[in-house]
Amino acid sequence: MNRDEAIQKLKAIVKPYVKNGAALETINETTDFINDLNINSANLVDVILDVEEVFDIEIDADSMEKMRDVKSALAVIEEKLAAK
Amino acid sequence: MERRVVITGLGIVAPNGVGLGDFRSALKEGRSGIKFDQQLADLHFSCQVSGTPPINKDTLNQYFTDLELRNFSSTGIMYGVIAGLDAWKDAGLEISQDENPDWDSGTIFGAGTSGIEKFRESIYKIDALQTRRLGSTAVSQTMNSGISAYLGGKLGLGNQVTTNSSACTTGTESILMAFERIKAGKAKRILAGSTSDSGPYIWAGFDAIKVCNYKSNDRPEKASRPMSASAAGFVPGSGAGALVIEDLESALARNAKIYCEILGGNLNSGGQRGGGSMTAPNSTAVQKCVEDAILESGIEANDIDYISGHLTATSKDSTEIQNLAEALQRSGRDFPYINSLKAVTGHCLSAAGSIEAVATVLQLSENFIAPTSNCEDLNPEISAIIDADCIPMKLLEKDINIAAKVSFGFGDVNGCVIFKKYSNSN
Repeated sequence: MNRDEAIQKLKAIVKPYVKNGAALETINETTDFINDLNINSANLVDVILDVEEVFDIEIDADSMEKMRDVKSALAVIEEKLAAK
Repeated sequence: MERRVVITGLGIVAPNGVGLGDFRSALKEGRSGIKFDQQLADLHFSCQVSGTPPINKDTLNQYFTDLELRNFSSTGIMYGVIAGLDAWKDAGLEISQDENPDWDSGTIFGAGTSGIEKFRESIYKIDALQTRRLGSTAVSQTMNSGISAYLGGKLGLGNQVTTNSSACTTGTESILMAFERIKAGKAKRILAGSTSDSGPYIWAGFDAIKVCNYKSNDRPEKASRPMSASAAGFVPGSGAGALVIEDLESALARNAKIYCEILGGNLNSGGQRGGGSMTAPNSTAVQKCVEDAILESGIEANDIDYISGHLTATSKDSTEIQNLAEALQRSGRDFPYINSLKAVTGHCLSAAGSIEAVATVLQLSENFIAPTSNCEDLNPEISAIIDADCIPMKLLEKDINIAAKVSFGFGDVNGCVIFKKYSNSN
């Protein structure tokens, strides 16, 4: 899977939690979940559970901490996919 | 200076009516909301009928966002939010979009248990070593104050936001707690009410102790029989009732519709002494509760025109009537009119007091007394104390000036609130 495909998958996952629809349309690697998309910090937990389901991976607590923006989320996803 | 306190808004989610219009017509028609409950039958409950409010997806979407409805299974919060927001709107109040909370408004919204279905899901996940998969709302749906927290957030309330819990007295207690806070000048308005979850996990304990009627599974609408000689236990129910309780001055200033005034009331406990126990009320305490409520309200026992009874359809109904007769020193035809909503809603547990209070306020402000179904065979122990004419079995159009709502709960706790038709002359 290339990066663009992964971003599109991520976009579909975060959509229900996003309070800033305009920022979602221009989502890219620098997009921050909380500051740019205004996702409630408690909902980040739900986003990660959905990521696990969609990508069929398991994300440990330390990796969860790192997933604050699209770039770091993609890095964790790629790392977990590679380890499968 | 003590304030006068009035009711300016009502909201209701009852087994026999969702929304004020639907509930009003159900009240007048004596329409039952009790139905056969397949889930209870599948789980081999003794009692297989229930009073569960009918809520569909369209209704839910008017009160909750799609995000809030993801993994949402707390029916009590569902009912409470619908009733609460309806009451707010009925009072002519807006949902504030202001960054600042409304410091003058709060909520005291009671519950017995919150989100027991959510608890069940969570417990299964925890035992399967999947605690990390509980999601973000396992706490907010299962904390007892979930309902007041949801309402406080949706309405931007900045005064007290809390949940009280006192079994079947909960809803009556929330009204009196709100009354006291407003009377003391600590809040201008409080959204008061109570809610209860639906379903087998909330009702099972009552089924286990055989206080529910298990003899009428094939006749759901006949199963709840308060004050009847053939009463055989209560029917489990659920829902929510909500009342906007407001400082008279504030209500007048914004030209609000006023349903009625709250004159006063009383809360007490029999201490599980003197005949009282975890499950049975101490009669001395019940009588004292009603007497003290009358005293606080500055009325005479003779002024009471109508009582909304607790009357659950157990063997305790005649004891309740006896206690009321002694507290008021009134019997025979001199006793006030009395009815029991539970004939058509079942016993809505922690929601019962507020649902019945909404019914009381409607009857008081619109001059009618709703019929009590299923007591054609009036319990002779009751007809020995009060005249059968005191218990309307058909809709009675009647001018009511003062009404009392009584509630009694597990733990030997009692509540009585006195409502009066509003007049500006006091």
